[in-house]
Amino acid sequence: MWKTILRRVLIMIPQLILLSILVFILAKMMPGDPFTGLITPQTDPAQIAHLKAAAGLNDPWWTQYFHWVVNMFHGDLGQSYTYKRAVTGLIGERAVNTFWLALLTVVISYGIAIPFGVIAGRYEDTLRDKSIQLYTFVLLAMPSFVFYLFGLVVFGYVLQWFPTSGYVSLNADPGTIGYWGSRLYHMILPALVGGLVSTSGTIQYLRAGVIDNTNEDFVRTARSKGVPERVVFNRHILRNSLLPIAAFLGNSITGLLGGSIYVETIFSYQGMGQLFVSSITANDYSVITALTLLFGFLTLLGNLLSDIIMSIVDPRVRVE
Amino acid sequence: MTMAKEDTPTTDTQVPETAIAASPSAFRVIVREFLKDKGAIVALVIAILIIAAALIVGTMNSGELTTNVNVLDRYMAPGVNGHILGTDEGGRDIFRYLFVAARNSIGIGVSVAILIEFIGIVLGTISGYFGGMVDNVIMRIVDFWMVLPSMLLIIVLVTIVPHYDGFKLVMIMTAFSWMTTTRLVRSQVLSQGRRDYVYASKTSGTSNFKIMFAGVLPNISSIIITDLTLTIASSIGLESGLAFLGFGLPNSTPSLGTLIGYATNPEVTIDRWWVWLPAALVLLGLSLSINFVGQALKRAADSRQRRG
Repeated sequence: MWKTILRRVLIMIPQLILLSILVFILAKMMPGDPFTGLITPQTDPAQIAHLKAAAGLNDPWWTQYFHWVVNMFHGDLGQSYTYKRAVTGLIGERAVNTFWLALLTVVISYGIAIPFGVIAGRYEDTLRDKSIQLYTFVLLAMPSFVFYLFGLVVFGYVLQWFPTSGYVSLNADPGTIGYWGSRLYHMILPALVGGLVSTSGTIQYLRAGVIDNTNEDFVRTARSKGVPERVVFNRHILRNSLLPIAAFLGNSITGLLGGSIYVETIFSYQGMGQLFVSSITANDYSVITALTLLFGFLTLLGNLLSDIIMSIVDPRVRVE
Repeated sequence: MTMAKEDTPTTDTQVPETAIAASPSAFRVIVREFLKDKGAIVALVIAILIIAAALIVGTMNSGELTTNVNVLDRYMAPGVNGHILGTDEGGRDIFRYLFVAARNSIGIGVSVAILIEFIGIVLGTISGYFGGMVDNVIMRIVDFWMVLPSMLLIIVLVTIVPHYDGFKLVMIMTAFSWMTTTRLVRSQVLSQGRRDYVYASKTSGTSNFKIMFAGVLPNISSIIITDLTLTIASSIGLESGLAFLGFGLPNSTPSLGTLIGYATNPEVTIDRWWVWLPAALVLLGLSLSINFVGQALKRAADSRQRRG
């Protein structure tokens, strides 16, 4: 198994290099350079030109790429033009907000999807199954951003149960219980709508898994041995159906990151997705480059995680 | 001479030819299955109505009527001054604007979907039919492309591409959405490629090109039609989503997403709901009906899921 994991990690290296080259090309296509963020009306153009030359911006692209990668490993991603501060620190703050929202979203998503999927699969073709299938169809078919928007309008504006923007109320003192309560309060609605949207895939997968496993030979054997139905279901059907769902966890990171752009924009939640959209609007290119690279890296990592979990829970997929 | 003729009898070469010509009956099976599904027919009628209305009325109104700005008529409530659904911040009639926006969204969505199917069919068929090294290279590219943060890259490209217009939007969206269709076509061709009729055609000297596109392709046509339907829906959704965030069509060309995007302005969300809600409902109706048709086609194409 360690061989498989090592092999899988090694595959990620060329992927990472390709990703970084792609982002580097895009970064070069963007107007501006690392010093754009430092220029003020008082700056001497000659000094900027000197700085540019010293930073190697006149070097051939492969040298520039090499320096860019080296700087990245030192945690230097340039200066933000809008926020006048290092990109690394700025993204770090936003990443924490996105992380908490993503965590709550995953918890809500699996908390709803697992019972729904199991019920739909166990009671195939009953009214319960059909209602759940209708629910997954609607969520899968409607564009997710419309669902988020309706969630915000209904529960935020019309019913006013939840705040409509921000990640914490302005008058909360950091460190107090009230502060964390306020943060949680701000996260519930975005996490709920985000979580609901991501349930549909899991439900369908789990339902199909339960139905397939019910027809397996080992289930028939267990039943003919006289194993109680409850034990057959919990130990043979359910456990086997849940294994692939565990592996989905890594991939759901990818989905959450893509979705975070919509969720965070609609709920004005100060995370990485919202930072990305506002940086695009403000032409803050060093932040855009850094975020694209980071999202790409996290997506690769999510895939790696899924493959590793899969190889642990299902020995058949291990490659030697 | 006679010996050689016996080695390759003419009847043998004709058998695969007729087999190829007679194959597309699969499509008729789907139509028959589809017509049994009443819900699907209702969905199809709704989808056709929305699309037809958008194309006809939208094209009639696409001129200056919708882009004309009249500040005096700003944010009029529905029904006032003959504006059925009121006006937006530029005094434009929402009802007419809606048709133009829907037409643009559908136009972009369908273009992207057709391009995706085209790339998917060509690459998927080549990959699945030839296998080996060709397959390996194409599939590694697909694998890598799939793990890219596509949403971010689309947005970045939309903002930095010079002379940005609708055509470039279609290209950019296609560039990050062709992979799943390619995989689907490949897996279908892979299973078809091992069937007897393909071996027979190969033995009788039919060209690879002809086997791929005249022999194998009609046999997977039902899957392609299903995928096209679902891809149209997802492309319309993606386009509207981009426009919603402000990265869709250029400002002069409205999309359903542009109208829905007004909802992010807290002054509009509740008090001026007529600006964004109709567009959201049209998009919802369009997505649900097209997807429903797609799902029904999928059931009809899959013999295991047929409803009696």
